[in-house]
Amino acid sequence: MSDLRDLYQEVILDHNKHPRNFRSVEPHSHQANGYNPLCGDRVTIQLSVEGGVIAQIGFQGDGCAISTASASLMTEALEGRTVEEAQALFDRFHDLVTRDDAYPEAALGKIAVLAGVRDYPMRVKCATLAWHTLHAALAEKDEVSTE
Amino acid sequence: MSTVTPMQTHDAVTPLAVERLRADFPIFARPMNGKRLVFLDNAASAQKPEAVIRAIDECYGEYYANIHRGVYQLSQRSTQAYEAVRGKVRALLNGADDREVVFVRGATEAINLVAHSYVRPRLGPGDEILITGMEHHSNIVPWQLLCEETGATLVVSPITDKGEVDVEDFRSRLTARTKFVSIVHVSNALGTVNPVQEMIAAAHEFGVAVLVDGAQSVPHLSVDVAELDCDFYCFSGHKIYGPSGVGVLWGRLDLLREMRPYQGGGEMIRYVTFERSEFAEPPQRFEAGTPNIAGVVGLGAAIDYVCAIGTERIAAHEHALLEYATARLGEVEGVRIIGTATAKAGVISFLMGRVHPHDIGTVLDLEGVAIRAGHHCAQPVMQRYGIPATARASFGLYNTYDDVDVLVRALDKVRELFI
Ligand SMILES: Cc1ncc(COP(=O)(O)O)c(C=O)c1O
Repeated sequence: MSDLRDLYQEVILDHNKHPRNFRSVEPHSHQANGYNPLCGDRVTIQLSVEGGVIAQIGFQGDGCAISTASASLMTEALEGRTVEEAQALFDRFHDLVTRDDAYPEAALGKIAVLAGVRDYPMRVKCATLAWHTLHAALAEKDEVSTE
Repeated sequence: MSTVTPMQTHDAVTPLAVERLRADFPIFARPMNGKRLVFLDNAASAQKPEAVIRAIDECYGEYYANIHRGVYQLSQRSTQAYEAVRGKVRALLNGADDREVVFVRGATEAINLVAHSYVRPRLGPGDEILITGMEHHSNIVPWQLLCEETGATLVVSPITDKGEVDVEDFRSRLTARTKFVSIVHVSNALGTVNPVQEMIAAAHEFGVAVLVDGAQSVPHLSVDVAELDCDFYCFSGHKIYGPSGVGVLWGRLDLLREMRPYQGGGEMIRYVTFERSEFAEPPQRFEAGTPNIAGVVGLGAAIDYVCAIGTERIAAHEHALLEYATARLGEVEGVRIIGTATAKAGVISFLMGRVHPHDIGTVLDLEGVAIRAGHHCAQPVMQRYGIPATARASFGLYNTYDDVDVLVRALDKVRELFI
């Protein structure tokens, strides 16, 4: 079993205590609510997309350190990126937290600190909740559940 | 082994030789993350003593055959072993007759059985079923399904801030429309011990039968169905140190006799033609198909085990642990206990600052401490307090003051990381 600090890295603890982009985005072009029935975590993602580029993105909600930090890191990583880039990052992030043979790719940047959840299968959904919600928002679905 | 000594001595419970009892449970011989396992999730499911594991092993290894069927010796032996457990359950609950004991998969199935076989034929549009605001999902959803089907209404008596039933409110919700009452004895989310005897008497004034969900009471309390005067009582084997997949519905024999079967199949009939079937008497009427034979045998061994220790001594031990843990957790900065009823069993739900219970659970796990984090299948209770989840420690007969101290020290790690 890995050490606590492999999971709860400094960056994660920092983003949990001081989440970035923890706000509503008004006006927004896309929004979705995500729910993890296992732990009751909820997240709302709002974004304004202009000409295929994510101009602004914010999140709100209530969750554990992993899900809060993941949402915070995600919003930080996506501001200014194109929708296509966001989708590609989602796929790579998913691999990172679910596949043993995945390795932190340079393109993932800071969000690679979440690789530690791989050793905690019960917590993977915490890390992916914000991303699934983003995916739903971009697909113009209002609700997503990790079940 | 931890070297921390408890803050005080507890003479009242020294009679329970906990370290010796721990040795009865093989799982405690295995370290957890290199540490002594501190298992504080007994409300979800309890660990198994060697006696239970051996009884199941012997059933399969020495005398296993299907029951009630063969004329050969093996089948007779296994039938006897299976049937003997009804007497053990009857004695445990102080029932009147072995035929009152129906073997099911667990508390969940027992509640569904009563919903289907007793309540459904008596229910119509405008009728009501009364429950409390602290029920487990298994004592909410079967009634919702039934109400949806019949046009009846599910009525809920809300709980107070301390997490207690308001008996006056409960009484006021009993009316001529009330057709059934189903209430939890001990809340798995809050630890509250409900005044079920008083509630049952109130329901009986309206001629309404009552089911008591005893999933958290057996064997943490001494249960006496005659004294409670309930109509149905249920519990799960896996929470009383027995196997999973087996449990008990206890019902008054006159009621069981009136009830239609739950499932159709072998074992539950007296005579079958293609035109119609005549049903067996209780309890067989409700035990269609080949049951969990070794599971029932294991349940019998679990009942023998707890009865040899004594349910009153177990209750006293767990109560002392509850008081100790309540005091120690109360000293931890930022800890807020959810559920502060005057009468509580060995369950403590708590929050720590704004730290999410799942983070508490993960940190404690790495310290060898197993607790539950989540909504405990009681989401309406979480909604009542406006919280998504709690961390919950729940005690069993093998827990020690040392376990509580390890829990409290592990919470310091939580603080270090998140506060
Ligand atoms: C109060 C209560 N009722 C019912 C149940 C359901 O028991 P089972 O899952 O064994 O059927 C539980 C289990 O957690 C419980 O705590």
